[in-house]
Order: sequence, then structure tokens, then C-alpha cells
Amino acid sequence: MSGLAEILPILLALVLGAAVAMYVVLDGFDLGIGILFPIYRKEAERDQVMNSVAPFWDGNETWLVLGGVSLWAGFPKAFAVLLPAMYIPLLVMLLALIFRGVAFEFRWVAKPHHRKWDIAFAAGSIMAAFAQGLILGGVLQEIKVEGYRFAGGPLDWLSAFSVMCGLAMVVGYALLGATWLMMKSEGEVERKARRLGVPLLFGLLGFIALVSVWTPLQIERIAARWFSVPNIFFLAQVPLATALLAWLCWYAIRRGSLILPFVSAVGIFLLALVGLVVSNVPYLVPPSLTVWQAAADPSSQVFYLVGVSILLPVILAYTAMVFWLFRGRVKPGEGYH
Amino acid sequence: METVAGMDAVLLGRIQFGATMAFHIVFPAFTIGLSAYIATLEVLWLRTKKQHYHTLARFWTKIFAVSFAMGVVSGIVLEYQIGTNWSRFAEVIGNTLAPLFAYEVLTAFFLEASFLGIMLFGWNRFPPWLHTLACIVVALGTALSGFWILAANSWMHTPAGFTIRDGITYPGNWFDIIFNPSMPYRFAHMMIATYLTTSLVVAAAGARYMLAARFPDEARTMLHMGLGMLALLAPLQVVVGDLHGLNTLKHQPAKIAAMEAHWDGTHPAPLVLFAWPDAKNERNLAEWSIPKLGSLILTHEWEGRFPGLLDFKREDRPPLLPVFFMFRLMVGIGLLMIAVGITGSVLWWRKRLGAARWFLHPLAYGWPVGFVALLAGWIVTETGRQPWIVHGVLRTADAAAPVTAAQVASSLALFVLVYGVVFSIGVWYINKMIRTGPQPFMAGPESLPSRPLGAAQPGAEKLP
Repeated sequence: MSGLAEILPILLALVLGAAVAMYVVLDGFDLGIGILFPIYRKEAERDQVMNSVAPFWDGNETWLVLGGVSLWAGFPKAFAVLLPAMYIPLLVMLLALIFRGVAFEFRWVAKPHHRKWDIAFAAGSIMAAFAQGLILGGVLQEIKVEGYRFAGGPLDWLSAFSVMCGLAMVVGYALLGATWLMMKSEGEVERKARRLGVPLLFGLLGFIALVSVWTPLQIERIAARWFSVPNIFFLAQVPLATALLAWLCWYAIRRGSLILPFVSAVGIFLLALVGLVVSNVPYLVPPSLTVWQAAADPSSQVFYLVGVSILLPVILAYTAMVFWLFRGRVKPGEGYH
Repeated sequence: METVAGMDAVLLGRIQFGATMAFHIVFPAFTIGLSAYIATLEVLWLRTKKQHYHTLARFWTKIFAVSFAMGVVSGIVLEYQIGTNWSRFAEVIGNTLAPLFAYEVLTAFFLEASFLGIMLFGWNRFPPWLHTLACIVVALGTALSGFWILAANSWMHTPAGFTIRDGITYPGNWFDIIFNPSMPYRFAHMMIATYLTTSLVVAAAGARYMLAARFPDEARTMLHMGLGMLALLAPLQVVVGDLHGLNTLKHQPAKIAAMEAHWDGTHPAPLVLFAWPDAKNERNLAEWSIPKLGSLILTHEWEGRFPGLLDFKREDRPPLLPVFFMFRLMVGIGLLMIAVGITGSVLWWRKRLGAARWFLHPLAYGWPVGFVALLAGWIVTETGRQPWIVHGVLRTADAAAPVTAAQVASSLALFVLVYGVVFSIGVWYINKMIRTGPQPFMAGPESLPSRPLGAAQPGAEKLP
């Protein structure tokens, strides 16, 4: 294998990882506020909650499109295996995203008959998060592949493990949503988010611990990866850092910090992602397709990387600009509509 | 092979892609045109300071927001559907086409989605120049998105710049892949179609208010701008469409033969105005045609010859009926648009537009006509490409994913149900907003009736 063909897939895997990380963090908090929607009963509170993400949700969701298209452009063979394998959870996710996406606009137009869109927004957010967890679990527990093709059945993804991952995702996104509201809202909305923040944090930590125990017990190569010497000395930093961030998040929520709860919750998410990568590297479809086996033609990878290296910094810059333009906390009764 | 109601996974997948695409394509087509219209209104407002331009820009922005949301959520479905239902296609063309989709995301989707926030929620928060800039950027983003998606789509019709090894395509020259032979024609044809479609919606809304004697300034502006665009672009579309047709004849002659229901390539082709093409017996029933005119249009010679359907094996011919009839529907509506544009402009020039109720009445109800033409044209070109998914490279029958027909059938049923409900409601809401009409601008925080007006926003003027 030539040097280029060796390195390019690694770079593309980094781009894919970055897109997934950006998606999980950004759409995580705006799916999260949808998951929390049922605890806000008053119309004014719901307006405030929704307004805290209204200018951003569309940009956030675009990272999902980038993630999908990066997988396809970088690793067409993995794309062609993973999507048919995850047919049903993907369908659920897409339908759920339709309901919650249109609710952002329909809810305002429908007023005062907007209750059905409140329900669509909450149920869509919960279902989308749950389905993403199912997909994660379904991929982690290994897909049946023969000759680079998906060779399993339509319900292979369904297991106690994937359902657990689904619940973990709902709880995790809810934590991101709650910490977002601590940072971006005031009044009763913020108080409710803070009250719920600590239980959500412990819930997420519980699920992370569960996955960390379950996967090495279920899959031998993951146990070997983490617990062999000298790996264990380096990799032990991941759970240690998670514990540290968890303490920081807990402390910041209790103390009433503005930004710190969100930042540390994002940190916990990113570390969980690092943990999953550590467990499964170099596989994109564990344990049958590595990044090199699934990679696109080098010419395609170079063409894509040129675009990414020029455009991604620009995208990050104007995304940051939009977040900065809409900085500040949304007060009760205030909105952009 | 496993089937559901006699249909296998390939046919069900085609119906699913067709149905979800038909719903989707309407929204981006409308938002491409509408974002350009809103940007134009804002620039006019900045230059002339006339209030009704501002009122109109705000009004159409609300409608834009609803349409855009529907376009986004229905578009994500399509990207993932390529993988779930057509994974073999995704794999075969992954090297050559997937980067084009990736560039669409990088250059267009993020741009639109990010600046949309400013466009929708920045009216009072930011200075007018920044808001106008955001509108222009969103319009640019929608057009760029059209560029990439039409480049990718054109490549499926006229693939170029690639090689095939072991059934998988490999890129050769990226310029040739992007600017493949049909791309410039298809892009021009489609962009004009989106502007025409939107112009008709705008003109129809103007006619509606004019008839009801509401919002006179706004109604006049909408009528003039909408009809003016129709008068300019509808004739241009005929020229571009003709060029596109000649290009198709060169690269996909079977599609042209099906569009014209032209069987015998050894004789000059008539222009078939109406017929019932009988694919089984290879002839036209009830044909009503003008001799040799088909040859004149397609070869620009009375005695010109071009391939007929008999020149292609049965298994290489596209389905005749949809291609033949949808082509006539599209052309018919195109001619109608020219008539509307010219009639409207003459009435405007003679200052009789406001009194011409016979003209305004049908116009007010004519807003969906452009979308019908758009969908008809899309059916012509995509059905006309069959039996290929990528012309000459991969047959549709060989492109499907290893999923069961039951999976595809149940997801198809769900999509039809959800799309039918959600997007019908969306169109109903748009109609409701048009019924309410443009609301005059109020200084102070933008607010809905349900919310208190008291809370001041940073940068917003205080209410009196």
C-alpha cells in the first residue's frame, strides 16, 4: 500500500469524526430541549425554550447531512453496508426529525392551535435521539457482513444493548439541552433546567459506566484494547478525565455557573466519543471493514479533502459568528418571531 | 424473489424515491426562487426606502421559513435513502458522485442554514445592511445547492470523466465530471424553472389582493414583478429547453424518441401533438400530428432523421406513457406561461391591469401551475433515463440495497402517510399566511399576538 493510500483514509476518518462530534454536540442540545419540552407546561416557557435554539437548529442539523455525506464520499463501502443494516432505526430517526423540524415553524403559524406541534416537537426529539442510540448500539454490537455487503436481517440491530444505548442517548441529549438552557435562558426555565441537571448528569454517567462494562464483556477485542499492558496506562486517562469533568459539571450546576455546565457536559460527550473510537479503531464497521478497506478512491478523497480544508474553517467561522450575533440569554416572553 | 403486492424491492424503492423526491423538489424549487425575490425586495427597499418593499420582504420571509423547513427535512430523507434503498448505486458511483454531494453540503447547506437564522430572526436585531446581506447569502446558497445537485443529477444522465473497474466507477477528470455534457443545459433549464414557478406564485398572490382591493401598493408590486419575470423568462425557457432537447438527442436518443413517440427512425419525424403510444404493438393509436415538424425542431432540417424507438431493443426503451404525456403537459404549461406573461405585460403597459378581472381571476388561482410543470419535466427526464439509473453504466434493477421488499413497502407507506399529512398542513399554513396578507411594519420587538410586547430586545427601538 502506498503512503498516500495509507494516510488519506485516516484524514477522512478525522473529518468524519469531527462531523459526528459537531453533530452530537450541536444537535444534541437542540434535540435535548425538545426532550425537556414536556417538563415546561406553560406556553410562555415553551416559547422561551424554543426561541433559545430557533436561530441555530437548522445549522446544527446540517452536521448530520455532512456526517452522512462524509461517510459516503470517504468510505462508500461502509456507507453501503451501514445504511441498509440500520434501515428501520434510520427510518424512525428521519420521520422523527421531520416532525420536530417542521414544528419549529408550524408552531408559530398554528397559534393559538399549536398544541399538536408541541407534541410533535417533543415526541420527534425523543424518538430521534432514541433512534440515534439504537443505531450506535447496532453498529457497536457488530453487523453481519459477507463480501463487503450487508448480509444480516432487518431486525439485527435490535437487542437489549441497543435499546440501552437508545435510552442513554435520550438522557445524554437531555443533559446537553438542560445545560444549554442554564446558559441561554432566564427565570423559571433556567431554574427548572438546573433542578433537572444533576439527576440527568448521574443518569448519563450511569449509562456511560454500563457501556464501558458491557462492551468489553461482550466483545473480546475491546477488552484486549483497554485492559492490556501498556494500553491500560494511557487509556485509563479517558475514564479519569470523564470523572473529573463530571465533578466539574455537578459543581457548576449547583453553583449556578452560566457556561461551565454546558462546556463540561460537552466534554463528557466528547470523551465518550473518544472512548468509542478507542474501542473500535481502525474499524468503521466493526469488525469487518477498516477505514482502509472501506475507503474511496484516492482521487475522490483528495478532491473532498481539498474542499474540506478550505471550506470547513469558513463554515466554523460563520457558525461561530451566528452564535455570537445571537449571544445573550433569552428572557421570559422574549423572542425573535 | 420476495414481493409485496406483486412488487419487488426495486420497484417499491423506485416508487419510494419518486414519491419522496416529488414532495421534496417542490420546496427547494420554491425557495431558490423566493430567496432571490426576497433579496431583490430588500435591495430595492435599501435603495428606495419605500416601505412596501420592506413589508413585502417580511411577508415572504415568513412563507420562506415554512417552505425552507419542509425542504430541509424532506431533503435529509433523500440523502439517507440513497444508502438504505440504493446501496449498490451508492457504492458504484460513490467515488465519482459522492464528493459532489459533499461539496453541496460544504458550499451551500451550511451557508443557507446559518444565514437563515439572521434572515428570520434578525429584522430588529441587526442593521438593515446586514439583514440584506444575509438574504443575499441565503439566495446564493440555494442557487449553489442547485448547481451541485444538478451537476450530480446530470452526470447520471450523461456520465463523463470516469473509468470503470470491476463494476465500480473511478474519477478521471473532476472538471468533466462536474461539467458533464448535459449539465449546463439542465442547470439553466432548472434554474429558470424555479424562477418561473416562484414568479407565478408571487403574481398569483398579487392578483388575489388586487381582486379583493387589499394592500394596493404591495399587490401592484407583486403583479408587476411576477408578470415581468414571466414575460422575460418564459420565452427564454423555450430557447433553453430547445437546446436542452438537442443535447438530450445527442446523448440519450431513446429518451427523445419516447418524448416524441417516434417509432421509425428511417423517415422524417412528425410532430405528434396527441397520440396514445402503444408500447406492446410498437405504434401510436389515435395519432394527431404535423408531418416533418418533429424533424425540423430536433434536427433543424425538414428531412432530418433521428433514431426512433424501433432502433432500440425493447429492454433499453424507457416507459412510454409518462415520458410522452408529461412532456406535453410541461410544454403546454410553458406556452401558457408565455401567454400570461405577455398578456399581463400588455395590460400593465396600457394601465389596465387593475381593471382586468377576467385576467386576474384565473391568475389568482394559477399559483400551483408552475409546480405541475416542474414535476412533469422532472418525470420526463428521470423516467426517460430508464432502464438506467446511470445512463450506460448501471441499470436501475442492479442498483438496489440488500433489504427486503417488506421493509421498503412499510417505509414507503409511512413516508406517504407522514408526507401527505405534514406537507398538506404546511401548504395549508402557507395559504393561511397569504390569506392574512402582508402586515405593516411595527417598530419594536417582533411579536406574535400570543406573546407580550413588553420585553425589549437589544438593539430594538422602544415602543411608543
